[in-house]
Amino acid sequence: MEPLLDISGLDARYGQAQILRGISLSVGRGEVLALMGRNGAGKSTTMKAVMGLVPPSGGTIRFDGRRIDGREAFEIARLGIGYVPEDRRVFSELTVMENLSVGQRPPRQGAPHWTPERLFALFPNLAAMRDRPGGAMSGGEQQMLTIARTLMGNPRLLLLDEPSEGLAPVIVQAMARTILALKGEGLSILLSEQNLHFAGSVADRAAIIEKGEIRFDGTMAALKADAALRAQYLSV
Amino acid sequence: MLDLILTQMLNGMASASSLFLVASGLSIIFGVTRIVNFAHGSLYMLGAYLAVTLVGAFGPASPLGFWGGILLAAFLVGLIGIVIEVVILRRIYQAPELFQLLATFGVVLMVQDIALAVWGPEDRLGPRAPGFKSFVMILDSRFPSYELFLIAVGPLVLGLLWFLFRRTRWGTLVRAATQDREMVGALGVDQRLLFTSVFGFGAALAGLGGALQLPREAVTLHMDLSTIAEVFVVVVVGGLGSVGGAYLAAVLIGVLHAFGILIFPKITLVLVFLVMAVVLIVKPYGLMGRKPAATLPGAAGIEPLLTPATPGAKLAGLAALLLLAAAPLAVSDAWLLTLTELVIFALFAASLHVMMGPGGMASFGHAAYFGLGAYGAALAVKWLGAPMEPALLLAPFLAGIAGIVFGWFCVRLSGVYMAMLTLAFAQIAWATAFQWVELTGGDNGILGVWPSAWAVPKAVFFYLTLAICAASVLLLRRLVFSPLGYALRAGRDSPLRAEAIGIDVMRVQWAAFAIAAFAAGIAGALFAFSKGSVFPTYLAIPRSVDALLMVLLGGVQTVSGPVVGAFAYIGLSEQLVKLTPYWRFTLGLAIVLLVSLFPRGLVGGFLAWRDRRDAGDPAR
Amino acid sequence: MSGIEPVLSVRELAKSFGGVRAVQGVSFDVAAGEMLALIGPNGAGKSTCFNMLGGQLAPDSGAVTLLGRSIAGAKPREIWRRGVGRTFQITATFASMSVRENVQMALISQAGGAWNPLAPARARHVAAAEALLAQVGMLEQAGRACGILAYGDLKRVELAIALANGPRLLLMDEPTAGMAPQERIALMALVARIAKAEAIAVLFTEHDMDVVFAHADRVLVLDRGRLIADGPPHAVRNDAGVRAVYLGTDDGAEGA
Repeated sequence: MEPLLDISGLDARYGQAQILRGISLSVGRGEVLALMGRNGAGKSTTMKAVMGLVPPSGGTIRFDGRRIDGREAFEIARLGIGYVPEDRRVFSELTVMENLSVGQRPPRQGAPHWTPERLFALFPNLAAMRDRPGGAMSGGEQQMLTIARTLMGNPRLLLLDEPSEGLAPVIVQAMARTILALKGEGLSILLSEQNLHFAGSVADRAAIIEKGEIRFDGTMAALKADAALRAQYLSV
Repeated sequence: MLDLILTQMLNGMASASSLFLVASGLSIIFGVTRIVNFAHGSLYMLGAYLAVTLVGAFGPASPLGFWGGILLAAFLVGLIGIVIEVVILRRIYQAPELFQLLATFGVVLMVQDIALAVWGPEDRLGPRAPGFKSFVMILDSRFPSYELFLIAVGPLVLGLLWFLFRRTRWGTLVRAATQDREMVGALGVDQRLLFTSVFGFGAALAGLGGALQLPREAVTLHMDLSTIAEVFVVVVVGGLGSVGGAYLAAVLIGVLHAFGILIFPKITLVLVFLVMAVVLIVKPYGLMGRKPAATLPGAAGIEPLLTPATPGAKLAGLAALLLLAAAPLAVSDAWLLTLTELVIFALFAASLHVMMGPGGMASFGHAAYFGLGAYGAALAVKWLGAPMEPALLLAPFLAGIAGIVFGWFCVRLSGVYMAMLTLAFAQIAWATAFQWVELTGGDNGILGVWPSAWAVPKAVFFYLTLAICAASVLLLRRLVFSPLGYALRAGRDSPLRAEAIGIDVMRVQWAAFAIAAFAAGIAGALFAFSKGSVFPTYLAIPRSVDALLMVLLGGVQTVSGPVVGAFAYIGLSEQLVKLTPYWRFTLGLAIVLLVSLFPRGLVGGFLAWRDRRDAGDPAR
Repeated sequence: MSGIEPVLSVRELAKSFGGVRAVQGVSFDVAAGEMLALIGPNGAGKSTCFNMLGGQLAPDSGAVTLLGRSIAGAKPREIWRRGVGRTFQITATFASMSVRENVQMALISQAGGAWNPLAPARARHVAAAEALLAQVGMLEQAGRACGILAYGDLKRVELAIALANGPRLLLMDEPTAGMAPQERIALMALVARIAKAEAIAVLFTEHDMDVVFAHADRVLVLDRGRLIADGPPHAVRNDAGVRAVYLGTDDGAEGA
C-alpha cells in the first residue's frame, strides 16, 4: 500500500542558503514517524515545505498519491494535513472557542471527526477555559490548544513540530499520551523532536536529519539500539 | 455660552462620525493586509461624488432616492475597493512597505484625474436629507437634525463592527488573520478571499463616510488628501488596528476642531498638534494601540555595503559639474531656467535621501520643508522687505525649525506609522499656507520674490544655484560617511545593537530629520527666487511624492542615486505635463505598474533574479 | 569569593507581564573573571532576566548593582557606558557595514565621537578595531559586509563589538545558538580565555549542556521565574530538583 505522505528529493532554500538537500521520507497510514535532529538541522523547514509555507526548490511531495508541492497552504490544509507549529502561535486575542472555530472544517472521509466537545474530552484542561483568551494560558495549555485547533480541521495527517519543546516534564508525559490516543484514532503523524526519550515513547519509526540531509531512516528500535548513531547526530 | 459649547460639541461629534468610518476602514484593512491604504481618502471622495450623482438620479426629494443613493454609493465604492485589491494590491503583499505605500499613492493620483474627468473641477453641492431638513432646539439654539443623525451613526457603526468581529465567523477569521495570517492559511482558510473581502468592506466604510457628508459640505477634488491627513492623525492618536481607538480619537479630534474654530480659528491645527504630542508622549502607539510587531525590513531588504566613491566616480562627478558649469555658454535662457530647477531638485532629492537611505525613515511629506523654505524666503521679502541674500540665509531656518518640531514626533514612530505622520504634518503645513490668507495670500500665493539685481541674469542665478546646491549635496554626502552618518545607519540596521553600544538612536534620527529639512529648505528658497513667486502647491503632497520617486528611481542604496534620479524624473515629468492634461493619471499608472511589475524594487528585482540564476546553476 | 566585591550583584529581581510572573526573587553575584551560566527550560525567564540586566526591560522591583552603582532601570546605552558588553540571542550587527566598520562604530561611540557630522568615519580607530578583530579571529574577514557573513562568524563579530568598551561584564544570551558543535566549544573557550585574561565577569545563557559543563565556573538554574539551583557544574548536574525540571531523570539515550 502506498504511503500517505511521500517526500522525494525535497530541496528548499532561504535566499542563498540551501536548507534542505534531497530529503526523501514517507509516512505510512496510521504510522507515527519521528524526525530527529539538532536545532537548525532542517526539521522545521521540512514541515513547512510539506505545508506549503516554504516553497520547495526541487523534489516532489505526494499526499495520498496527489502532488501537493507548489500548492498554497490553505489548499494543502483542505486536503487533510494539519500543521502544529513549534512556536505554538495560538491567536492570543481570541478565546479558546474562537481559536477552535478558526480551524473548523467540514467532516472528512477516512479521518476522525472532531467537535469541541470531543476535543475537551481529550484535553480536559481546555474545557474549563472556553472563554479565556489564548494569550492568558500557560505554555502547556497553549500547546494543547494549538493541537486541538488543528484537529478541528479533521486532518488525516498531523505535522507536529517539536511538541515537547519547552514543556515541563509532567506536561510532556501528558503530550505523549495524547499522541498515542490520536494514533489510536487512526491518525498518521509526522513529528519533529530533539528529545529521544519522548520520541521513543510515541514513534514507530525515526529519521535523522543533519545539515538538511537524511542520515538515518529506520525503526525506533534500531535507533535506540545504535549508541554510535545517537552520539553522532543527536548530542544526547 | 453654555449653548454655544454644546452646539460646538455636537458639531464636532457629527464630523467625527465620518472620520471614524474612514479611519476604522483603514485600520481594519491595515490589520489584515499590513498595507496602509493612502487611497482611503480617495475612496471617501469617490463615495461623496458617487452619492451626488446617484442621489441626483434617483430623486433627492424622496427618502428612497436619497438613502438608496447613499447606500448604493457606499456599495459601489466597496466594489471599486475589491477591484483595486484584486488588480493591484494582491500582487504586492510581499513587496517592501514603502513600495506598497507608493502603489496606493499611485491610486490616489489616478482617482484624482478620474474624478476631475467625470465630475469636473467645480465643487458640487449635495441635497439635504429628506426627513432631516428641520432643526432641533437645544438650549435655545437651532441644531440641524441631520447632525444628530450623524452623531448616532458613529456608535451605531461601532456597535455593528463589534457584532461583526465578535459574533460572526468572518469576523473571527479577520481577527485571527490580523494576528497571524500565515497560520490562518495553514488552517485551511483562503487568505485571498479574506483579504479581498476585508478590503472591499473597508472601502465601503470609507465610501459611506463620504456619502453621508453630502448634506453637510461641498464635494471637492481636495477632499481626498485633506481627509487622509486627518484620518492619519486619528489613527496615530487612536492606535493603528484599534477600531475603538479610532472612534475615541475621531471624537477627540472632531470636537477639538469644532472648539478650535470657535475660539481661535488660526490655532485649530496647533491644538490638534498639541493633543497628538501629549498622546504620543504618554502612549507612543496611540490611545488604544499596541506596539507593532517588528517592522518589515527596509526598501530592499539587506542594504549593500556603502563605500566611498572610487577615483573614477569622483572624476565622473567632477566632469558632470564642469559640464553643468559650461551650460550657460551653450544653451538658451529657457533651457537655463529648466537646468536651474533640475539642480534645485537634485538637492531636494538628496536631502530626502539622507533620511530615507542611511536613516531608513520614509517621509511622505518632505515637500513641507521645501515649501517652508520657499515661503520663508517669500515672507522675508514681502513682510520684512529683505533683499535676496538675507532671505536666502534665513529661509532654511524656517524649514529647519519645522523639521526639529515635526521630527521630534516622527522619530518616535517607525515604518508606516512614521510615513503617515510625515504626511499629516505636510498636510497641516499646506493647509496653513492655503488658509492663512492674510499672511500667505492663500491660493494666490506671494508674488514678486525676485533675486537682487546682480543675480537677475539667468546665467548668474544659475551659477549661484549651482554653487549652493553642489556645496550642499557634497556636505550631505560627507555627512553620510561621517560618524554621525554611520550612527544613523547603525540605528537603521539594528536599533537594538545601536542602543547597546551607546548610540541614542532617536536623537540621531532627530538630528538627521532636522538636517534633511534644513537642506530641503535651501532648495525651496532657491526655487522661490528662480520662479519669482510661491504657492501652496510647493508644499502639497504631490511634491512630496515627486521627491520620493526621485530617490527611488535613482536607488535608495546609493549616495549619488538621488541626484541622478532627480534629473531623470524631472526630465520625464516635465515632458509628461506637456503631453497630457491628465498627467496625474499617467504618473499614478506608471507608479502602479512599476511597483506591481517590480514588487521588490528595481534593485531588489535584480538581486532576486541573480539569486534564481545562481540557484539554477548546477556548478554551485 | 567572599571579601571581593562582585562585578554584578542582583537582588530580588522581579518582573511580571500582565499578571504572569516571569521572574521573581532572583538574586546572585558574578565575580571578575568568572563564567556564570544561566540555564533552564524555555519560558523559565532567562531572556527576561537578561533583558532587565541589559536595560531592554525595566524590572518591577529588585536591585541590580554594577561595581557598587545601581543600573536597575537604566537604558541600554547608559549600561554600555558603565562597562557592560552585550551579545544577543539573535545576532544584532549592522548589516550594511563591514566587519571592521561594525567594531569602529562601537569604538567611535565609546569615545564619544558619534555626533561628528563631517570627518570620514572609516579612518577612525582602525588599529583598535583590527586588534579586537584579531582577538576573536575575524581579522581576515574585516572588509566583508556583516550582512553576508556565516552565522558563527557573526557571533564572533558581536563578541568583538561587545568588547569594544573594555567591559567589566559581558552579557551573552545564547552565545552559541545555531553554531556547529566544534564552533561552540571554540567560541566559548575563546570567551573564557578573554574573561580570565582581562578579569571580565561573564554571564551567559545556554541550551547546550556540553558547553555549560565544559566552560561554566558556576551554574544558575531558573525555573518558572525562580532560581532553583546555584552552584558548581557537577553539583548542579547531580541536583535532584534540577534533574526533575530540566536535565531529566531518566535519559534513555544517556543511560545506554
